Amino acid sequence: MSPVLFELLLRSIWETVLMTGASGLISLVFGLPLGLALVATDRGGIAESLWVNRILGAVVNGFRSVPFIILLVALIPVTRLIVGTSIGTWAAIVPLSIAATPYYARIAEVSLREVDHGLIEAARAMGGNRWTIIREVLVPEALPGIVAGFTVTLVTLVGASAMAGAIGAGGLGDLAIRYGYQRFETSVMVAVVIVLIVLVCGIQWIGDRLVARLDHRG
Amino acid sequence: MNQHVTAGLADPVRVEPTGREDVVRLVDLKRRFGATAALDGVSLTVKKGEILGIIGRSGAGKSTLIRCLNGLERQDSGEVFIEGREIGRLRERELQPLRRRIGMVFQHFNLLSAKTVEDNVALPLKIEGRPRAERMARAAELLQLVGLSEKAKAYPASLSGGQKQRVGIARALAARPALLLSDEATSALDPETTRSILALLKDINSRLGLTILLITHEMEVIRSIADRVAVIDAGRIVEEGAVWQVFADPKSEITRSLLGGIRPQLPPEIASRLVPGEGAETILRIDVAGEAAHRPLLSELGASVHGAFRLVHGGIDHVQQQPVGTLFVAVPGADAAHLAAVIAFLKNRGARVEVLGHVAGPV
Repeated sequence: MSPVLFELLLRSIWETVLMTGASGLISLVFGLPLGLALVATDRGGIAESLWVNRILGAVVNGFRSVPFIILLVALIPVTRLIVGTSIGTWAAIVPLSIAATPYYARIAEVSLREVDHGLIEAARAMGGNRWTIIREVLVPEALPGIVAGFTVTLVTLVGASAMAGAIGAGGLGDLAIRYGYQRFETSVMVAVVIVLIVLVCGIQWIGDRLVARLDHRG
Repeated sequence: MNQHVTAGLADPVRVEPTGREDVVRLVDLKRRFGATAALDGVSLTVKKGEILGIIGRSGAGKSTLIRCLNGLERQDSGEVFIEGREIGRLRERELQPLRRRIGMVFQHFNLLSAKTVEDNVALPLKIEGRPRAERMARAAELLQLVGLSEKAKAYPASLSGGQKQRVGIARALAARPALLLSDEATSALDPETTRSILALLKDINSRLGLTILLITHEMEVIRSIADRVAVIDAGRIVEEGAVWQVFADPKSEITRSLLGGIRPQLPPEIASRLVPGEGAETILRIDVAGEAAHRPLLSELGASVHGAFRLVHGGIDHVQQQPVGTLFVAVPGADAAHLAAVIAFLKNRGARVEVLGHVAGPV
């Protein structure tokens, strides 16, 4: 591999890491509260409100049912509004975040829903309010699942970011298509695949380690 | 048990000088779930410092009842007074400070798996907004009270069931409640652990003067620690009184059935041979309690009513330091006059007598 290609590879790694990390972080910041809202507003939840629950559920399902490549193009006006441009790595972070947030919200929802109702009742019996229940019970008890779900989301984002090449965001997927596939640079293709494997394994390994440390359920 | 509680609490449970003796007063409490009435007009009082046990089969309304006392469940009608204050119509936000006056212990412990033992115990104080140093000091004090000081930094998953419930009790006491609610606290524990948990509750009651209301489906629990018992069935209190009196003279069928497991019963091999009418021997059931149980009843009976009779089964038990006994006696012969004299003598001595039937030959 030529030094030029090698430099390109390094830049692509950075772009992928940036896209995955930034949109992952954004999906965590918005997805977790959204997951909490889905659980809290559901029947028997701590802030039961069925119509709110239905609206949230419909919005989440709506975003999740649109294929990412279409979302990438359809959200161009929104992207332009937020980052000022519709092309490049930062521009890709907007659709990636918007796709990952409802995805992560559903994963977080599953973990939060599994928290034993008896624990919520115990917190209420102690005089806790909703905020106490969220802070002391729901989130800490669901934390292993919340972290494991975040790991899954990051790995999914690594894959999804490959499509972001379509709007000039660069990244490893884009490199593989333009050099490895279209220009028959097999060494680039192999290098990209190896880097992706290492990246995904690394994310998964860190996630698993973190979950093991956080899980005290015995 | 006592070695666990030598430390005591630095300061006892606060009880406001309201002059009221009743910590809990329920007036005609009703709650329906669809077509079934979980509570169908329950009126009860719990006096300061007493242990009231509420017993009933599953589905009798016990859980709904205990949850109405801290507003986890709301009544349809009727009133719930806690320390003289009606709470049934308070809003959730108004209930929150009030719930800190009421500790609750659960059947499945409900400890937070992500928090250490000491953080679990200190949680009610965290909710109250107390500073960390105070919370940790109080948690240490309570863990010593329940005999688990060395587990302060452990996570609940590493504890046995009995230890988990001790943590649950310590947590319930953290905010110095005026009332402790126990929701089947020993139902998930083995008999030996149950005894030690009940001894701990009894000890807390007598040392701190803490009022306890417990619900259970086991008469053994009532017998071990309760001062008074209320029997609930289909959402109604069917019987209520001092534990030894209810044990000695259960009025309702449901109470008798709940007592069945721990009060002497006629052995089935004899019960199966009972026939009405006549037989070689008559089997009597004699219930004695209090004064009547202190007398040498059987020898007095032998001396005054001539004739042999045999003790078939039974004995004297002690409930709340009161003798409560059930004796099954076989009186030989088919002489009705003799039998009547025996029964009259026993009734005269304060015993309750029931002719269960006759058996053909000696049992």
